[in-house]
Amino acid sequence: MNYIDHHAHMVSRTTDDYAHMALTGCVAVTEPAFWAGWDRSTVEGMEDYFRQLVDFEPKRAAQYGIRHYAWLGMNPKESDNRELSRQVLARLPKLLDGPGVLGVGEIGMNRVTRNEIATYTDQIALAAERRDLVLIHTPHLEDKHKGTRVTIDVLERYPSLPRGRVLVDHAEEHTIEMILDHGFWAGLTLYPQTKVSAQRAVDMIERFGPDRILVAGACDWGPSEPVAVPKFIMEMRRRKHSDALIHEIVFDNPVRFLSQSPKFQRPAGTPEPARVGS
Amino acid sequence: MTARPTSPLTATQLVDEYFIENRNRLLEIAAFLDRIDRADPSVAADDFRMRVFAEAVTALTAAAPERLAHIQMLLSDPDATPLEALDRKGAVGAYDPSLRESRS
Repeated sequence: MNYIDHHAHMVSRTTDDYAHMALTGCVAVTEPAFWAGWDRSTVEGMEDYFRQLVDFEPKRAAQYGIRHYAWLGMNPKESDNRELSRQVLARLPKLLDGPGVLGVGEIGMNRVTRNEIATYTDQIALAAERRDLVLIHTPHLEDKHKGTRVTIDVLERYPSLPRGRVLVDHAEEHTIEMILDHGFWAGLTLYPQTKVSAQRAVDMIERFGPDRILVAGACDWGPSEPVAVPKFIMEMRRRKHSDALIHEIVFDNPVRFLSQSPKFQRPAGTPEPARVGS
Repeated sequence: MTARPTSPLTATQLVDEYFIENRNRLLEIAAFLDRIDRADPSVAADDFRMRVFAEAVTALTAAAPERLAHIQMLLSDPDATPLEALDRKGAVGAYDPSLRESRS
């Protein structure tokens, strides 16, 4: 089954991972800018990383028939550094206009500090002004619930940013309702240890339905799986859900959300979704 | 709006399909707790993570249908007040109530 992984940090993965993703049906990935596991010291270093996302990764992905897109922004883990964040933000508008860049992301908070909120708010203001798509990281573990509350509180102050153009990612059982109830898209990221397992992701589909929900592997440099989405597909089949429903979640939904950017192109040879999502 | 696709499997089918792997998860938790007690029984009472872990294990026996969300909230920071400064880079998995005193 063809699928789109909307959240994959491919700079941290081997070329073999692209091959495995292609072999399991992946036709497109979108890669949000994130923390490299250590703090970068200069805006030039950050811009080099952005160039890797925009220039190099699409070529690597294309070798396996996978279309690669990027999201650019000051990531949550480094966003407490206000000086570096201001320098990155000053360069962002030009970079966001680049080919294959779908919008601002992944932005948000890590420990929910005052500096992190300020940087996040600056980037939401930029996205609202430009009418860009937004991909938001929500904090992990004990910080997730409060971080998601603050994430939404800030978004509420920007009514000019349409809610349907915002994806609040890393949702879990205690945050998904507040995300969906406010009209945003919710992302479920499948991790072997933290975040959500494939079984719990299917539980949430069964509880909340498929509308405005995306599923991704969010593979990165830590314990994570580049083929997490096909494992979700297997789990859906294990529960006897139809292939039509599974396809809606792993392909049609990301197409609906991502197609709001004119830079996103429906993968060749795939039909239009059968219905229009909310 | 697509209708919510409740599980096509019956409760008995869910037990048939998932019992063995959840039996294993249960034994892993028991082994984890025994391992800590063998090393130092006082940690189970003193470490904030293990105290909330014990609460979460108790919550598993509740009849309510929201066991998972309840446990998620037991493990979560209940205070949405921002931190004045970054204290560490990552989360540790459970909220430390002593932090509330340091914030006030």
